[in-house]
Amino acid sequence: MRLRLNINGETREADGVWEGESLLYVLRERLGFPGSKNACEQGECGSCSVYLDGVLVCSCLVLAGQAEGREVVTVEGIAEGEELHPVQRAFVEAGGVQCGFCTPGLIVATHDLLGRNPDPTDAEIREALAGNLCRCTGYEKILDAVRLAAERMS
Amino acid sequence: MEFHSPDSWREALEVKAAQPEAVAIFGGTDVMVDLNFDRERPGAVLDLTRVPELGEWGEGDGRLRVGAGVTYTRIISELGSELPGLAMASRTVGSPQIRNRGTVGGNLGTASPAGDALPPLYVSDAEVELASTNGTRRVPVVEFITGPKRNAMRPDELIAAFHIPRAEGPQQYAKIGTRNAMVIAVCAFGLALRPERKRVGACLGSAAPTPVRAREAEEFIESVLDWDSRGEIGDTELRRFGELVGEAASPISDVRGTAAYRTHAVGVLARRTLGWAWDEYRRGE
Repeated sequence: MRLRLNINGETREADGVWEGESLLYVLRERLGFPGSKNACEQGECGSCSVYLDGVLVCSCLVLAGQAEGREVVTVEGIAEGEELHPVQRAFVEAGGVQCGFCTPGLIVATHDLLGRNPDPTDAEIREALAGNLCRCTGYEKILDAVRLAAERMS
Repeated sequence: MEFHSPDSWREALEVKAAQPEAVAIFGGTDVMVDLNFDRERPGAVLDLTRVPELGEWGEGDGRLRVGAGVTYTRIISELGSELPGLAMASRTVGSPQIRNRGTVGGNLGTASPAGDALPPLYVSDAEVELASTNGTRRVPVVEFITGPKRNAMRPDELIAAFHIPRAEGPQQYAKIGTRNAMVIAVCAFGLALRPERKRVGACLGSAAPTPVRAREAEEFIESVLDWDSRGEIGDTELRRFGELVGEAASPISDVRGTAAYRTHAVGVLARRTLGWAWDEYRRGE
């Protein structure tokens, strides 16, 4: 089937989409947005997190056709032009990045958190990022990054 | 695979009538896992996310009708005071991403013994509204769930909503898992106090082939609670309540926990949640 949706502000089309494939597959394999990572394919790890009509979701759990006509924002759409978004800069500076595989999902989830709650407590940060797994950092530097981003954005 | 994405309830029911084998999908938190891992390859999928009625809820005669497509996130933010037990259970579901997509309707459709939304529905005697092109019917949730991952839906039916009374007193939900997020319950427990009727609802989750009401435990504690003067519950009575709840369990041993652990732990949850709920009642909240 043909799929038409808005990704990061631009209308995109994909042809030959299988009805059973996920939005994540369409993003990565058909439309050239490899920022959203494919790890668990069951909503456990959060590395494929995107916004769907402004709501944070795991794109691996969205059936492609469910995104028809919808607005998707991926990690590629978080930065403004060539400048990193403050959330991205904070992750780099705080060392919240090691292998980098979980990073796109954490960036989108942090962006969502700070959009709703500009000054989160540590408990609120942990709760908001509970669906994003990182196997490298032990999370402490990720928490540092979120605190730093919150401080700079306020 | 055929893909249907109707934008009205009428059309959704017509698709289901014409293709009863079509698998309904809303948040995808169960269906997509089966598709991604090639465990299921349905001939047709019926997307319900464009049916506006499914996302609505309203109240009449002290009972709420909540559309099957209301997400856990919305139950927490919009129905926390009306349905505190269900909101507590919703907070334990998955992660923000999962709660943003997952629905109680999906929990009912999947009918997992570990479904977090189910014990709160059982303790409040909720009903499931099923619809087809032939009309609608309401089934008590305890009759709706018939076995592990089995329910009483006919192939041409879809879940429209659930009906549940507004909380009549303190409610609780507690769950055992290996961490405080992203876990399927090892076991869980839902509790509702109805002080005006002097009734207690107690339901075990993930400790039997279906959620199960602990009727003996309910009757025991209803008879010993000092509803009028709101006196403390004795330690012996609390422990007895926990034991009776444990006796209502018929768990399996699996990767998440042994049967013995589940039986023990669900009794502990029962004792603790009753203590919390009764304290809330005593404070007059």
